[in-house]
Amino acid sequence: MTTPILEARGISKVYGHVEALSGTNFDLYPGEVTALIGDNGAGKSTLVRILSGAEQATAGEILFEGKPVHLHSPTDASRLGMETVFQDLALAPHLSPVQNMYLGREVMARGLLGHLGFMDKKRMREGSRSAFDRLGATVRNLGGPVGAMSGGQRQGIAVARAAAWAEKVVFLDEPTAALGVVQTKNVIELIRRVSAEGIGVVFISHSMPHVMEVADRIQVMWRGRRVVTYRKEDTSMEQLVAAMTGALERVAS
Amino acid sequence: MSTASATDTADVAQVVEEPEGGRLRGLARLQVLQIVLLLFVTVAVFSILRPDTFLTLFNFRGILQNTSILAVLGVGMTFVIITGGIDLSIGSVLVFSGVVADKVMAAQGGQGWGTVLLGAGVAVLSGLAWGLLNGFLVAKGKVAPLIVTLGSLSAALGFAQIITGGLDLRDAPRKLVDKIGFGNVAGQVPTLAVIAALVVVGGMILLHRTRFGLYTYAVGSNAEAGRRVGVNVDRHLIKVYALAGLLAGFGGILNLAFFQSTTIGGQSNTALNVIAGVAIGGTSLFGGVGTVFGTVMGLFIPIVLQNGFIQINVQPFWQQVVVGAVLVAVVYIDQARRTAAVRGGSRPRLPFLSRSGSRTRKETE
Ligand SMILES: Nc1ncnc2c1ncn2[C@@H]1O[C@H](COP(=O)(O)OP(=O)(O)OP(=O)(O)O)[C@@H](O)[C@H]1O
Ligand SMILES: [Mg+2]
Repeated sequence: MTTPILEARGISKVYGHVEALSGTNFDLYPGEVTALIGDNGAGKSTLVRILSGAEQATAGEILFEGKPVHLHSPTDASRLGMETVFQDLALAPHLSPVQNMYLGREVMARGLLGHLGFMDKKRMREGSRSAFDRLGATVRNLGGPVGAMSGGQRQGIAVARAAAWAEKVVFLDEPTAALGVVQTKNVIELIRRVSAEGIGVVFISHSMPHVMEVADRIQVMWRGRRVVTYRKEDTSMEQLVAAMTGALERVAS
Repeated sequence: MSTASATDTADVAQVVEEPEGGRLRGLARLQVLQIVLLLFVTVAVFSILRPDTFLTLFNFRGILQNTSILAVLGVGMTFVIITGGIDLSIGSVLVFSGVVADKVMAAQGGQGWGTVLLGAGVAVLSGLAWGLLNGFLVAKGKVAPLIVTLGSLSAALGFAQIITGGLDLRDAPRKLVDKIGFGNVAGQVPTLAVIAALVVVGGMILLHRTRFGLYTYAVGSNAEAGRRVGVNVDRHLIKVYALAGLLAGFGGILNLAFFQSTTIGGQSNTALNVIAGVAIGGTSLFGGVGTVFGTVMGLFIPIVLQNGFIQINVQPFWQQVVVGAVLVAVVYIDQARRTAAVRGGSRPRLPFLSRSGSRTRKETE
């Protein structure tokens, strides 16, 4: 098999007295959709934050395209082509969808004006509109503050932003939690489209039907560790639920 | 593509697009409009009561002059407050910069433009230095802005008094006083007001048209979101406090030009008055929202009131009472509307009481 585009080995994370991750492994291949599932508090979000540079592991190793990397900030991850929709979305509520889309990546005006710090608002507007259209996100007001929009609209903006900028890997931490039926379908469509471009997608969700619909592989976490990995065709919802509730561990020990 | 997403795209296409606007920004604009209206009514009332003295070119020039220096300070303060911070030190920094500039100009001697320019340069640099110190302590030291700038409020004034022995200096060169303090442009327009207008327009452009302005809003809105997309939040905060300090330093030389004195004892309320103007003008003390234009309008109100009260023989002290009431009323109305506009979430604590960028606004409900 090819080398994973992203691999984590023995990642631990301790918060005070809480061990959120205890030596977990994880891997992702180019162009695949892998679902990361597990009970509440299993450590999924923590793992994603570490793999996307938002937090640093207490111990363990991260390999990107087979080479060890140190991710000190989300910018480091972005530079490698990895984008993330965090569970808390991380949008600036007072800024517009366009401003959120391009924050940190502003398109500057041409020539002297650009050097003086002026932006090309028109191009950013057009770029955002096409990104939102691609997702079918119901963003009604490209100029209004994101904070006044519905949870689903905000989620749509965050997903569209990640998908637009990612080149190698996208992390989606419960991207459909607040979405309507149609928007959820669109996100699933988008995941397929993104992975068809050769980008690896990590999809976290508590919805087993969605997981079974879109994932190629499913990695199950339980109490801070990956306990098992299944190929989609080799597993069933019952088996996933059992693994998530620690049935495998109880048998093993 | 599935039929579902096709219909949905059509759905998106048919919704009306409001180019700029949205409820929060609409509200900010509504508040500015309210203040403009209030200002207009105030001016109208005084004009009707005293058409002979209030409604005169001479009087309006006076109002402009009295607002000019505060407006220069208000530009910097608007940026700081939009980041969710506060700068209590600007009055002291103004005094300190004026003192240092006065000393340098006196040592240099001469009453001409050369000395004025030297003094202005020194004042601006002194202000910049205090601003950088404030910014550094807020961004890197993670000390609450209220405490940092309370500290420099005290320290800058202390240094000014140490340098002068507590006695005001009066070495402003003639050119500075005649041409800038009391000079006119195009016959009747006070030079001070023209300079302030240039600073205000510069501030508007910087805030609303450039990346610097965008980052200012972003830091005040959700610093963590900015950080995650690669905005250097700490560096931006330092720049914003540096800007406020620089403008306070510039205010120092303007102050020297207008009062021909370093006014050491006269600036203890300056920062608070400017903050009041910023708040009246619709800039949220919670960060993320605000305009320079609103600040300027907010600063005019106390000055016009004071001016008008004197002329209708009301004790001018009433101005302070009225301004206090207006301030609280305006912010109360604003908050009530905002709470109604943004659903979910409890009211955040005032950010300048906490460490910079330590809060993340939850996006999920
Ligand atoms: N910043 C933090 N400080 C302290 N403990 C934390 C922190 N973040 C996570 N934890 C703890 O780490 C464990 C794993 O949390 P995490 O958010 O990764 O779970 P999750 O699998 O994403 O759960 P969910 O499905 O509810 O989102 C939990 O016990 C949680 O309380
Ligand atoms: Mg989670």
